[in-house]
Amino acid sequence: MTTTLDHRKSGKAAHVAPPPTSRRPKLLQYNWFGGLAGWLWLGVVIIPIYWIVITSFKLQADYYSTNPLVPPANPSLENYRFVLEHDFVRYFFNSVIVTVGAVAPAIVASFMAAYAIVRGSSVSRFLRTVNGVFLMGLAIPLQAVIIPVYLIIIKLQMYDTLGAIILPSIAFAIPLSVLVLSNFIRDIPKELFESMRIDGATEWGTLWRLALPLTRPALVTVTIYQGLQVWNGFLLPLILTQNPDKRVLPLALTAFQGQYNINIPAVLASVVLTTLPILVLYVVGRRQLLSGLTAGFGK
Amino acid sequence: MAWPALIAFTIFGVIPLFGVLYLSFSSWNGLSETIPMSGLESWKSVLSDPGLPHALWVTFLIMALSWLAQTPISILLGVFIAKHARYRSVLAVLFFVPLLLSQVAISITYKMLLDPNFGLGAGLGLEFLQQDWLGDSTLAVGVVIFVVSWQWIPFHSLIYQGGVRQIPASMYEAAEIDGAGRVRKFFSITLPQLKYTIITSSTLMVVGSLTFFDLIWVLTAGGPGDATRALAVDMYQRGFKATLMGPASVIAVILVLLGLGLALLLRRLGGRDATESQLEGA
Repeated sequence: MTTTLDHRKSGKAAHVAPPPTSRRPKLLQYNWFGGLAGWLWLGVVIIPIYWIVITSFKLQADYYSTNPLVPPANPSLENYRFVLEHDFVRYFFNSVIVTVGAVAPAIVASFMAAYAIVRGSSVSRFLRTVNGVFLMGLAIPLQAVIIPVYLIIIKLQMYDTLGAIILPSIAFAIPLSVLVLSNFIRDIPKELFESMRIDGATEWGTLWRLALPLTRPALVTVTIYQGLQVWNGFLLPLILTQNPDKRVLPLALTAFQGQYNINIPAVLASVVLTTLPILVLYVVGRRQLLSGLTAGFGK
Repeated sequence: MAWPALIAFTIFGVIPLFGVLYLSFSSWNGLSETIPMSGLESWKSVLSDPGLPHALWVTFLIMALSWLAQTPISILLGVFIAKHARYRSVLAVLFFVPLLLSQVAISITYKMLLDPNFGLGAGLGLEFLQQDWLGDSTLAVGVVIFVVSWQWIPFHSLIYQGGVRQIPASMYEAAEIDGAGRVRKFFSITLPQLKYTIITSSTLMVVGSLTFFDLIWVLTAGGPGDATRALAVDMYQRGFKATLMGPASVIAVILVLLGLGLALLLRRLGGRDATESQLEGA
């Protein structure tokens, strides 16, 4: 990623050219400082999460009377029952609809665009411009354009629908997805494309049978990443919907906190329920997500 | 094949970018059918409003201090988890969890944890934790920076991990033959070799910090007073709370300009083309 280019540019280590297997620095002695810092940071990360989980199983009365870091003596599912009875299921499905509805089209569109850009940029000025637009798009924050987006959604008469969240979410998932996917497609050896062409494959055929399978790790990565973004998105639902029927989970969490803020364990149970699907996804797709993220951003 | 993506992004990304400039010359209230134009009025009112320098200051403060907090810790953690040891990869898995939580969930959690009466401090009887964290102007800014760092350090340490793994082992071997110790190797090899990674990570941090909204809004709603009223929060309050879309659009234009300016500045520091292939010679 970075250093291969660094060497070429700086020239100072150009003679090194190590085989890929010897790149990893060896572990020579135990790094006490690093170890200590690592475990310390683990504590910083884990304590709040641990607190969320154990508190969500506490009865309200216990919450005020027990040590906050001691697990409940009588773990109770009462809070989860309470949350599930208060429309949580509806908000959950709203979130599922919005996330799937936004991420699936965004990834398909981004993949096609990335393929076209990689294959065509050398001959097409138009595609180079398109690529430039997406690269510029990386620097456009959603916050900065939310007012016109709100206006467009009103003009489309989509205010207060789930579609109002979905459409802008698709658009804002595109620039980064195109960047990551085109980085992967660009690394497919040119000879493979040439041999496909000699075999008489069309561009669509090449896209489906060559680029798609070879890009699958990156596709999984951007899908998980964008899924995370949309699932956790707050600004678009906050501004583009109003009706409690259209609430997605992050919005429901704030509403819930406002309504039941005396019932802290119940609010934390809803935090756990909101995060659980993402956590499952992370456990399943972790390697892909991590490797893809480093490849996408490490440049 | 690039059309669907281009159309989608044009409608909700490119057109709004010009739209926000257009709206900054209007006095739209966010509700009316027609959009009355008012020339430079919104610009004048925002630029003469002492709220703007304050919001810029808060934004800069959060940007600079969260960069200072996140960068060294992320580099150290990145170097640490880059080495191949089983327990380190387990740690790396756990480190990532804060990134999975929504900013809303994180903010709600910290709000409760830091409650002076019922939070962690009161529960454990820890005097220093029992402050009115979100009610005091200085402390509230500190809490925002802490929570931001809590969520994003894992991500940046991951980027650094990737960067560290690209450093050729032979450089370290050569340094060892020359008798360099661990600290020397870190400052003479690791850090200089991570130059571009540092620029990438800093760009994401700095440009990203312009857009902190969810977290601040749920944690403090810009308060106490206007202590944490950063630009994005300021824009939301002017636009969607006070229904002054003109002035809010002015803030949005400033946000775009700042974002682009910072991105270009950092890119110049890096001096590299992000579209280059990752493969040597490709």
